Amino acid sequence: MPNLNIDFAGIKAPNPFWLASAPPTNTGYQIMKAFDAGWGGAVWKTLGVPVINVSSRYGSTNYGGNRMAGFNNIELITDRPLADNLREIEEVKKYFPDHAVIASLMVETKEEWMQIIKDVENAGADGIELNFGCPHGMCERGMGSAVGQEPAVLQTIVEWVMEAANIPVITKLTPNISHIVDPGLAAVRGGTNAISLINTIKSIVGIDLDTYAPYPVVDGKGTNGGYCGPAVKPIALEMLKELTKHPEIQNIPVSGIGGIETWRDVVEFILLGAGSVQVCTAVMHYGFGIVREMKTGLEQFMIEKGYETIYDFKGKALPNVTEWKHLNLKHKVVANIDTNKCIGCDLCYIACDDGAHQAIRIPEENSNRIPEIIEENCVGCNLCSLVCPVEACITMEQRDNGKEHLTWDEKTKANEIPTSFNDDRAGGKHHFVPTVADALKHRK
Amino acid sequence: MSEYKRPTSEIEFKQNFAQKKPLMNPTEAAFESSKCLFCYDAPCITACPTGIDIPLFIKQINSGNLTGSAKTIYESNWLGNACGKICPTQELCEGACVFNHQDLPPIQIGRLQNFASSAAIKEEKKLFSPGTPNGRKVAIIGSGGAGIACACELRTMGYEVDIYEAKSKPSGLTLYGIAAYKITNQEVEDEINFLEKQMGLNFICDHPIENKTQLEKLEADYDAIFLGVGIGATARIGLPGEDKTNVVGAVEFIEELRLKHHHLTVPKKVVVIGGGNTAMDAASQSARMGAESVVLAYRRSKEDMGAYGFEYKLAISAGVESLFNAQPIKIIGNGKATGVQFIKTQVINGKLENIAGSEFILESDLVIKATGQAKQKHFLELIEGLELDNKKRIVVNESSFQCTNPKYFAGGDAVNGGAEVVNAAFDGKMAAQGIEQWLNR
Repeated sequence: MPNLNIDFAGIKAPNPFWLASAPPTNTGYQIMKAFDAGWGGAVWKTLGVPVINVSSRYGSTNYGGNRMAGFNNIELITDRPLADNLREIEEVKKYFPDHAVIASLMVETKEEWMQIIKDVENAGADGIELNFGCPHGMCERGMGSAVGQEPAVLQTIVEWVMEAANIPVITKLTPNISHIVDPGLAAVRGGTNAISLINTIKSIVGIDLDTYAPYPVVDGKGTNGGYCGPAVKPIALEMLKELTKHPEIQNIPVSGIGGIETWRDVVEFILLGAGSVQVCTAVMHYGFGIVREMKTGLEQFMIEKGYETIYDFKGKALPNVTEWKHLNLKHKVVANIDTNKCIGCDLCYIACDDGAHQAIRIPEENSNRIPEIIEENCVGCNLCSLVCPVEACITMEQRDNGKEHLTWDEKTKANEIPTSFNDDRAGGKHHFVPTVADALKHRK
Repeated sequence: MSEYKRPTSEIEFKQNFAQKKPLMNPTEAAFESSKCLFCYDAPCITACPTGIDIPLFIKQINSGNLTGSAKTIYESNWLGNACGKICPTQELCEGACVFNHQDLPPIQIGRLQNFASSAAIKEEKKLFSPGTPNGRKVAIIGSGGAGIACACELRTMGYEVDIYEAKSKPSGLTLYGIAAYKITNQEVEDEINFLEKQMGLNFICDHPIENKTQLEKLEADYDAIFLGVGIGATARIGLPGEDKTNVVGAVEFIEELRLKHHHLTVPKKVVVIGGGNTAMDAASQSARMGAESVVLAYRRSKEDMGAYGFEYKLAISAGVESLFNAQPIKIIGNGKATGVQFIKTQVINGKLENIAGSEFILESDLVIKATGQAKQKHFLELIEGLELDNKKRIVVNESSFQCTNPKYFAGGDAVNGGAEVVNAAFDGKMAAQGIEQWLNR
């Protein structure tokens, strides 16, 4: 059986599955339940200055039959007394000495930082996470994302914290910034032991069409919330890669957060260099039991690939994440439809004809609606295979011989930048070109 | 043996005749509608005789535009709610759903259709208005699916429309000819009332058109006449003893049952003769009425039956027994039928032949003949120049539904010899457009 133990910047945990600082980690009760269910660590719901929360706090983006493809919230940091939280941290550590309990913190002044670090260390926390991410409410008071968006301020606070802290410090970054490396570097330069990202993304998930207020509605008004859930995973993965590929940051452990729900998500984050993962929305949707699927999936993946620890494959995808200019222009794939599997929905046809490159036709004599690829027009864009509802019905097949390799970068260096449009795959050359009459045949 | 007890109250009747396609709840509709692929040039649309834009109305349900969804349905089919319930959707839209090709259950299109259309009916949503009066009048004979569809379509174009109905309530076979577990009386009436209010339909009930004088008056008073007269009573099959009191026609039985519900008494032993969908309905309903034994007797093999497979299965699941290759030759009994004498048949060189000496008697205290209906030949022959085909169906132009007497248009069972309500709805709509084109020629 693979060994899922991790050592994340000195914080040890029985597995990389941590709960993110959020409503599921609001109380000791919840965290003990979570550890009992199989979670390896938990970042406590942010402790800090006193706050008051509003009623109606969460909003959701549903997609078709699926709830909470995206999720946002306007809840603030903990509104429970600090003393209660500290007592519960101590209690959790008593029951679960080998699990990671990390205190998320957000205060304003240097004195407040000093004091609260001392408090959580005394309570027995294994680490600290600095909440520089919340994009709603707290930022209006100069905390949360207001700090994360100002690298200089962020660095100063990290320096204060590092002065006082005796346990590992994780700096949590906001994605509400155009260049994630800037706050990442500031955190590293401030001396942080680790980084976690992403916090939630500024968002409005929808508008109530009767009250004309954004969700979640609070007495006829709303505000931007923080967006998370499966919809944000691609953004999180990209930002994770920005840090883990950066020469000055890559040696700092990064805890990946953002839309993680299944073992596949977990593996993807680890492949891009995450040393632990943090989960919130999936638990808010399905409860702590969701960790069983992640754990068994990760273990099975590791068994099949022959990995003993997550460090055997941590960052393994990073060498393959490159810039566009280094992609092989000689590589060519075209779509292939398995006519035995095709159900004749013709979504590939209309997606390609209306939304892409007019490379699929429905033969007129064909009564079973099975479309065919017009190979000379197919640019290998994948769209048809993405819209196809049937498993493995449309596949992309390689057409180049795999021997030629030429990149834009190489062309540039060889001074071969084209001065005219001469790509064989582009529209107009050797192509079937539909006519004006074809475009207007349904016109009434 | 039937599993149903004889219903003695409306509640028990409703239990025995539980709707085959019950109304979806909002959760079910949201879930089901989310599964639709929104196929390009969707096969379900092609399979629908009225060509409803099914993927669109399903997407509208899913996006919370229930009224828009109902409008999409009614734009193609004026009996959208009735058709959602009584159409053989397995054979039409749902049978064409691409999910069938991957062994997935098809989208429940009929029930989704009802979810949208019944909401519009219940909330009395204004979906359509009559067109600006164009000064023209059309008489419609028969208020079944074809007549109502024709009337509604004509009203949108500004025609004044009078619908002559022989019975005391409109809707024809939609109300009187459908098995009670497919649609309730209330549902049929609600849809007709909805259309009546919305379109300003003028039903003239208890007003049979049956003689030459009446027809001449209609011809004089109206710009065009639409014949939605359907087909007639169950035809005689010419069996000795056929006139006995407890030998009834299937359509008459179904009508009586729809009107009387649990007040109709179905005796213990029922024999249904026939192999079509009406035979299945009559047999299935007899079983649901608590008959102890119901035997469906068909002169040919199971494979030769005209009924849809699912209708046969439904009858069997209600407790009906089947008897194939049995030709009725005589109704036994003294004044009242006590049995049916059959002879076994076999197919020799493609011809159905009786097997000599194989006669047997099946006891029965109700014989239901589901062997086809007589055409309205005598009535139709009163109309000058109205051509009928060799099966006594009205001959019409296939796109305009105009008869050989140009003042007349026709659709529904009178033209197709007996099909689904959805076919009648299509015919009626097309005939209205045919009338418009002809009058504007």
